[in-house]
Amino acid sequence: MTTRVPSLILGRLFIALVTLTIVSFAVFFATTLLPGDTATILLGQAATPEAIAGLRTAMHLDEPALLRFFYWIGGLFQGDLGTSYANHMPVATLIGGRLLNTLKLAGLTTLISVPLALTLGITAAMWRRTLYDRVVTIATIGIISVPEFVLATLAVLVFAVYLKWLPALSFTYQVDSFSGLLRAYAMPVITLTFGVSAQMIRMSRAAVIETLNTPYVEMALLKGASRPRLVLRHALPNALGPISNAVALSLSYLVGGVIIVETIFNYPGIAKLMVDAVSTRDLPLIQSCAMIFCVGYLILITAADIVAILSNPRLR
Amino acid sequence: MKTHTSTGSLATWSGYRINPVGLVSFCVVLLWALVALFAPYIAPHSVGDMVDLDYFGPMRPGLWLGSDYLGRDMLSRIIYGTRYTVGISLAAVSIACFTGVVLGMTSAVLRGPVDMVVSRVLDAMNSIPSKLFGLMVVAAVGSSIPVLILTLSVIYVPGAYRFSRSLAVNIDTMDFIMVARIRGESLPYLIGSEILPNIVGPVLADLGLRFVFIVLLLSGLSFLGLGVQPPYADWGALVRENIGGLPFAAPAVIVPSLAIATLTISVNLLIDNLPQKIRDRSAS
Repeated sequence: MTTRVPSLILGRLFIALVTLTIVSFAVFFATTLLPGDTATILLGQAATPEAIAGLRTAMHLDEPALLRFFYWIGGLFQGDLGTSYANHMPVATLIGGRLLNTLKLAGLTTLISVPLALTLGITAAMWRRTLYDRVVTIATIGIISVPEFVLATLAVLVFAVYLKWLPALSFTYQVDSFSGLLRAYAMPVITLTFGVSAQMIRMSRAAVIETLNTPYVEMALLKGASRPRLVLRHALPNALGPISNAVALSLSYLVGGVIIVETIFNYPGIAKLMVDAVSTRDLPLIQSCAMIFCVGYLILITAADIVAILSNPRLR
Repeated sequence: MKTHTSTGSLATWSGYRINPVGLVSFCVVLLWALVALFAPYIAPHSVGDMVDLDYFGPMRPGLWLGSDYLGRDMLSRIIYGTRYTVGISLAAVSIACFTGVVLGMTSAVLRGPVDMVVSRVLDAMNSIPSKLFGLMVVAAVGSSIPVLILTLSVIYVPGAYRFSRSLAVNIDTMDFIMVARIRGESLPYLIGSEILPNIVGPVLADLGLRFVFIVLLLSGLSFLGLGVQPPYADWGALVRENIGGLPFAAPAVIVPSLAIATLTISVNLLIDNLPQKIRDRSAS
């Protein structure tokens, strides 16, 4: 039997590459072609026309946009992300440590939310239409319908204002001890975990319920299998594909989530860097941060698609 | 979402009956719409008036929702904020869904290279995270209400396109479309009179869902200080400007958060509990 999986995956990777090209095009043009002359912004209103013209030539601003796009992409491939307008430091230096901080935050959130969400999602499907399932479903709808900053506000109110367990702000430089680490990361991670888990619970519950509606599960039920056995032994193995797809898709929620969470908790990550860059109109920094976010997002959604292909037995 | 399958048999003979949850959420949505429409008539104070000597005042008669960080009446500010949150989102969702649905139906009818190119480009746009896109546009052109409306609608065109295209592709394979094609009907007629009536129910439900996304994104941008700019304030901006009251749990920061939550949760619940006849109006 010939297998179509490798060609399907290659095709999906190719689409990801095409998408990345279009996305980098969009990022570049959105930030450079729109009104606002870079040289004037850099030198300020009082600059002489000669100074502005000189800077324009030095920065290749006079050349066609398409050519500048290729300079920019070429630079990215060589690891040259450009120089920040605001403080004249290489963008790569500015981003380095910040990116690590954001990855730590995202990694920690993933470690907590995946087991939590899968347990809740699968058990909710197992005891479908019970009070427990209702509570889980309504809670997840509530969390999904609310912006991240409202979740963050609520988390601060509950844990920092009423219970006084945690500090309201995150200071990552106090992380020499385990308890310090716990306190610094707690609020951002709690907020992100709520958002990511809610998505994941909804999707994994739906995936398990879908397999529970198949004839072979009904057969197992008629055979007299218990509910946990029905779900864990019969339905779950076949729902693994859709569930891992759901996990990858929910994790892409992190990309939007960290932007708000890092800002509200003053967390020194890459999203905070980008929001600050937006307020100072520091275009090279914005472009690089935007590309990092887009690549991260693209990796997650492509992974979700590939998992879906791999787990479909009809394609093997 | 799947909790109401038990009422399915009931819905077959009374298709347009709405269940209590749906009714309550409809009333909440209606209430906010009325507040937005009649804001100047129901707001007790002017938005800019400093009516309280204290800042972050508690709830009390006269100042039913307390006062904000400058001692302005919170109730009036919420009432006026409704106009921005609901108005901008409604405008954006209308543009997004109109464009997306027209493009989606056109692609489905034309097929071939047009379909492929439009689909690829819009899919690529869909893989730019929405908040990031908003941030980039604000960085480039600054934030004003027309820019916000346009940006929000551009962000949600791909989603509306994908959804309506997938529905329209199913309709497009039907015999009556074939007959219409043979009759030599024009493209506008095909999409407007043959396809649209068959997908309008799910498209409207999708519009509601997208409205929620837009409200969330708009509030998020405003919360970052990149959305609606002072002196105007939507609900997200209200949370932002009063965030200083968070350590003492001032109503000024809690109430706008609750306002957003009530609107988005009730739109979501309304869509989940829409009468069966409306939700299933697709011949898929």
